[in-house]
Order: sequence, then C-alpha cells, then structure tokens
Amino acid sequence: MARQGKTIRLEAPFSEEKARELKSGDRVLLRGTVYTLRDAGHKRLVELLKRGEEPPFPIKDAVLYYVGPSPAKAGRPLGSAGPTTSYRMDPYTPYLIQRGLRGMIGKGRRGVDVIDSMKQHGAVYFAAIGGAGALISETIRAAEIVAWEDLGTEALRRLTVVDMPVTVVVDTEGRNLYEEGPAAWLSEHHD
Amino acid sequence: MSVREFDVSVLRDTVEEMCGRLACQLPGDIRRAVEQTLEREDGLTAREVLEDLLLNYDIAAKDHIPICQDTGMIVAFLDVGLDVHFTGDPYEAIHEGVRRGYSKHLLRMSVVKDPLRRVNTGDNTPAMVTTRLIPGDRVAVTLLAKGFGSENMSRLAMLVPADGEEGVRRFVIDTVAHAGPNACPPFVVGIGIGGTFDQVALAAKRALARPLTESNPDAYYAEMERSLFEEINRLGVGPQGFGGRGTALGVAIEVLPTHIAGLPVAVNINCHVARHYREVL
Ligand code: SF4
Repeated sequence: MARQGKTIRLEAPFSEEKARELKSGDRVLLRGTVYTLRDAGHKRLVELLKRGEEPPFPIKDAVLYYVGPSPAKAGRPLGSAGPTTSYRMDPYTPYLIQRGLRGMIGKGRRGVDVIDSMKQHGAVYFAAIGGAGALISETIRAAEIVAWEDLGTEALRRLTVVDMPVTVVVDTEGRNLYEEGPAAWLSEHHD
Repeated sequence: MSVREFDVSVLRDTVEEMCGRLACQLPGDIRRAVEQTLEREDGLTAREVLEDLLLNYDIAAKDHIPICQDTGMIVAFLDVGLDVHFTGDPYEAIHEGVRRGYSKHLLRMSVVKDPLRRVNTGDNTPAMVTTRLIPGDRVAVTLLAKGFGSENMSRLAMLVPADGEEGVRRFVIDTVAHAGPNACPPFVVGIGIGGTFDQVALAAKRALARPLTESNPDAYYAEMERSLFEEINRLGVGPQGFGGRGTALGVAIEVLPTHIAGLPVAVNINCHVARHYREVL
C-alpha cells in the first residue's frame, strides 16, 4: 500500500536525535510550541540575524509553521490556519537550518539547497493539509504575537498546539514523500 | 421593451453575503466530487487526507470559519441585461460588497494595491471584474474567491496550429504535474483554448466558474474533458501530492475562435477549495 509510515506523537521543540528518527511518510501528531512565519517575516528574521542581533525566539530546535491565518473569532486564538506554499521560503531556509532550525511545516516541494541542508543538520519538513485551515485551527490552543505585529497576518506568532496532524514529507536522509508517494501509487496501478 | 431601474445596493448586499458563503461553505458540486474521489481511492494516506478535507468542510460550515485561511481574491463575472439601468456605480457596489463581506465574516485581507510596492489595501478590494452585456433585464453575478497557491501554478502557452489537440493535452498534463503538491490537490482544472493572448486566460477562468455537474456543450470538447480527467488521474500525484488517484476533481474546457496562425491555451488551476457561486438578480 502507498503508506509505509506510522503515526507518531511528537513534542515541539525537538532534538536532532528525535528528528533523525522521523521517516518520510510518517503521520505525526504534534504538540507543544511552534512559531508562525511566512514571506515578509522570513526576510526580517534573516536580515536581523545577519546584522548580528538576537532573534525574537530561540531558533535552535524550533519548528516553524508557514501560515498566514485568517482573523480570530471572539473566544478563539486564531481563525482558519492551514499551510501556505513553502518554496517561497526556500531562499531563507538553509541559513535558518544552519542556526539550528529543526522543523518546518508547510505544503509543496522544497528546493535542493533546502533538502541538502536538512540532511546535513538533521532537520525535517512536514506537510499540513493545504485547504484544511478550519480543522487545523481546532488543534491550536493558544496564539500570541511575538514580533512584527505590523505585518498583520504575517506577524511572528507563538502557537501552542495539541495533536496538530502533519505528515513527514522530507526526512533527514532526504527521502521525499512527494516523489515516493506518487511513484509507489504508479507501480501499484500500472493499468 | 422597458428599462429596468436597478439599485446597485442590491448588488452590493448580494456580494457581501456571497463573500461569507464562498469562504465558509464549499459548493455542493465540489463537495460531491471530493466524496466521489474518496470512493475511488484505495491508498490509506490518500483516503485519510480526503476524509480530513471533508471533515474540514463540515467544521468550516458549522462554525462559520473559512475552509482555508487564504480566502482569496474575488474574481467577478458580471452579466448585465441590455435593458438594465443602474442607479449608482455597479463596480463600486461590487468592491463595497467585498469590503463589507471580508470584514464582517473575518476573512483574510490578501490583496496588495500595487504588484511591486506591495502595500495591503486592508479590505481585500478591488475585485477583478469582467462585464458582459446579455439580452434581457437581469443582472447575473458569478464570484470566485481565488486562492493563489493554485493561481501561481497556472500557465499560458501560445502553441502553433500544428501542435493540435495532442499539443494542448501535453501542455495541460505538464502544467498539472508541475503544480503537483504545491497547489493543494485534488484540483479543478480550467482550460481555455483559442482566442487571443488575453482572452484565452479569461476563458480558462470562466471554465473554473462552471459547475462540475456540467460539461462543455460541444460533444468533442466534452469528450476531451472526460479523457483529460482520466489521464490526469493516472499521474499518481494524489490528494496533497502524497500519491493516489485523486489528482483532479474535474476538468472544464472553454473554447474561442482564434487566428489561422495560432493556438493559445491557458490552464488555470484551482485547488479543492474551489469556491464559486452565482446569483441572478
Ligand atoms: S491553494 Fe487553495 S487550498 Fe491551498 S492554500 Fe491556497 S486557497 Fe487554500
């Protein structure tokens, strides 16, 4: 069958050792702390680090979620909150992985440079389901703005998540579900 | 024939209501296509994804929160009867409806005023409006809330006549395969063929506005829609690109006459959150 992976419970942030246990295709229920960052925030973060300033959150072992949520209803921490397409963050990602970034949650393919640096430093790329923002929102228990409030939906937020469903797409060996999943399906259905 | 006075506040209020509905309630034709995709899928991962998508649509509708946080840019097709006289500016009425709808329903403001200087307009306006004159005294408005994960994976090519149907098919298949996991599959694939450089893209967009329950009225193109649908669903991309049969929910083709020297083709990808509604006023 197309899925070899298993379901794993994982607490974020997590160590390189933990990252290296995760395999492409695993379904993960994530709990703990993840930080939201997308296009404009990545630019700011990398510029700040290059100036030698302290980042607004601890990058080592952190998990970033590429998301620009919709506004929250009264009584909820966030509105709809599914992943945005990851490749736009690729120009910044190897720099962050070198500084200890451990995980990324998004959707869609990553570039070769990103995957090389993931293998080298032991980082993992997860996909959350694109277009399932209402479902994912229910697993987000708290959200607070850490920096760059002026960026609106793109601000840096700290999220507390409980059993957020994600799938390991690229693991620390560089195995890639976006290649292996379709290939496995094709080999099972050569009609 | 007498002229019908049409107060644009009706259009404004309709657009306002439709914006909330687009964001939070998946149209029935798309939902049914996702259910049918689930029935045909045999892989565990693909099935789990599709089940989560259906659960997500339910939560969104029940809690009135957006199906997807990218609540899109509004594309409006406005068909105006020749016997209609507007009291007020219909374009401004559409923009005002978007402004009110997006703020009232807590949708994400995703529009920048200028493509290079990129300052958010703060109210998701303007909508991209295309107007057509039609017989009669009705006003019909079709709205799409178009997400850009899938818009970014859309492509246009000026093929040559010698490329023929085979060339068009190859371009469609390549575009869908290239979109792959980036554009939130399963997709609705809107295809424009013919016309000019500008009109072919619009035809592809119109194709996305057509309910999936309808095929092209021309049997030749209806058959091409069907066979492209089958071919796309043999690519193996699957829901979210994790592998599976369900790469497309539907394929819609709109055609236009074209020049003896050309064969324009445009492929507009829509994600499974294929938000489209139409109202006749
Ligand atoms: S492509 Fe569609 S489902 Fe995916 S994030 Fe954009 S609007 Fe949402």
